[in-house]
Amino acid sequence: MSTRATRRAVNATMTVVCALGLIVALMPLASVLWLVISNGLRGLNLDFFVQLPTPVGEAGGGVGNAILGSLYIVGIASAIGVPLGVGAGVYLAERGGGRAGDVIRFTAEVLSGVPSIIVGIVAYGLVVVSMRRFSALAGGVALAVLMVPTLARSTEELVRLVPGALREASLALGVPEWRTSLRVVLRTALGGIMTAVLLSVARAAGETAPLLFTSLNNQYWNWRADQPTASLTVQIFNYAVSPYQDWHDKAWSAALVLLLLVGILSLLARFLARSRFGAQR
Amino acid sequence: MQRASEILAVRKPGRLSRMAAPARGNLPDSVWAALLTVLGLAVFAVAAVIVVELWRLSAPVLARTSLFSFISSSRWDVVRDVYGALPYIYGTLVTSFVALVLALPISVGLALFLTEMSPPRVRSIVSFPIALLAGIPSVVYGLWGLFVLVPLLRTTVEPWLADAFGFLPFFQGPPIGLGYLAAGVILAIMILPTITSLAIEVLRTVPLSLREAALALGATRWEAIRMAVLPYARAGILGATILGLGRALGETMAVTMLIGNSPTISASLFAPGYSLPAVIANEFAEASGQLHTGALAVLGLILFVVTLLLNVAARLLVRLSRRGPARVAA
Repeated sequence: MSTRATRRAVNATMTVVCALGLIVALMPLASVLWLVISNGLRGLNLDFFVQLPTPVGEAGGGVGNAILGSLYIVGIASAIGVPLGVGAGVYLAERGGGRAGDVIRFTAEVLSGVPSIIVGIVAYGLVVVSMRRFSALAGGVALAVLMVPTLARSTEELVRLVPGALREASLALGVPEWRTSLRVVLRTALGGIMTAVLLSVARAAGETAPLLFTSLNNQYWNWRADQPTASLTVQIFNYAVSPYQDWHDKAWSAALVLLLLVGILSLLARFLARSRFGAQR
Repeated sequence: MQRASEILAVRKPGRLSRMAAPARGNLPDSVWAALLTVLGLAVFAVAAVIVVELWRLSAPVLARTSLFSFISSSRWDVVRDVYGALPYIYGTLVTSFVALVLALPISVGLALFLTEMSPPRVRSIVSFPIALLAGIPSVVYGLWGLFVLVPLLRTTVEPWLADAFGFLPFFQGPPIGLGYLAAGVILAIMILPTITSLAIEVLRTVPLSLREAALALGATRWEAIRMAVLPYARAGILGATILGLGRALGETMAVTMLIGNSPTISASLFAPGYSLPAVIANEFAEASGQLHTGALAVLGLILFVVTLLLNVAARLLVRLSRRGPARVAA
């Protein structure tokens, strides 16, 4: 039989063990952030943001085309994915009461767990095969497919947060349902939806796997949606797995730029969430 | 990654959405309703497109070889168009298993610490870095793993493991750094926030009265957790674990950069291997011919079906743990 003392000792030990989990979890985070910042800052200058990549051994150069390409591809993805995802979310909140709604909701949940590389294959079959070339459009389609399920789920939740009394008041005044949805319900949820959109855009900007064989890569500036396009994430991958020290340094700097991009989007999202919904949360 | 609240919330729609159904003959409202329905079906369209495209691309290979021989063969010869998936499946399973073994105790411990033991302030402070951990792009983890984790494993961890547990077949052979272990460790770091945040959500649904009852009977805090909280939360934590597993199976970039990319099967965790997503990532862009592309698409199809089943199971489990007694007690 365990005595009171041993039981207390077990309790104390387990508390310490669980607290250690906190330290173990935060160590890699601290290491990643510290190394990306300290290694990345060394190679960071204005040229890095606006120049084209240089061959191995040649000094200078940057990832300007990859930064632009990432923004371009994510822009295409948002143009396709945001209306679909937000629209599906509004459907789920407004008319998703029946069985169909349940099935769509569950499908969206399950789809959000599909590995992103699979989505890359799908975009390849859908766009690259039919256009017969790798393109920014294919990358955008891949990222859009990734955005839709998560965006649908979070939009639904945000629309549901809108108090029913607001809708009732609007309907009672004789405003038609579509106007109530657009001007009252969506208007109220807009801040939250913007937050969800920004978060999903940030997530899309950090994706690499679906771009590897859709938008591929490009050594030069590209403005056309039907051409292969460089992206920051693919560029980091190529630099990191290369055998050259020079490129490794560039990989760290590019990773810092990527983290800044993703971080700014996420911070913006948090800021929006706080300013619009400060009272509710 | 999805937030835990997205997964857990299964609110039933209110009466209003029904009441507000458009009156008959009201044209703009019917148009609006139709438009919304079409957008809602977009989710279905996405699912259908995924299935159809995977099937279409993999059909040429599945017409030639049976799925069983594809899975059980370990010969992958692009030149002769002979394709077998075994080394990739093996590598995927091994790395994900290592990741779960490492991440599960840490995340459950962390979740318990944050919900049951620490003051609430700590939780609100820690939630931000955990979200940050989940938000770092996987290619950045790969970069960090390549230049920090791999040297650390090669010079310190693997020699030490070989010294201490070298009699086991898992810890034999030269410490290369790149290999199953490196990929497993980076996966553990990446799925840790997933499991932790879901476990926290699950633990929060455990009724306070259960804890109070255990504590009132004289249990210590740990005993209350072990006898009252954990049994109640078991299904939900299992669900969280399966979701983490699904994430680990499909994770591409970090694994591609760390696993060593060698299509072999080794018992030792120090040895380089390959995984399903990694081979797709490395070969798809340069795949020549329908059969090579098709074989890679079949690998994708296998991965898709497995993660799909895991996700369905996990979500049903998490839902189950949310319903049931939790609602009565609340």
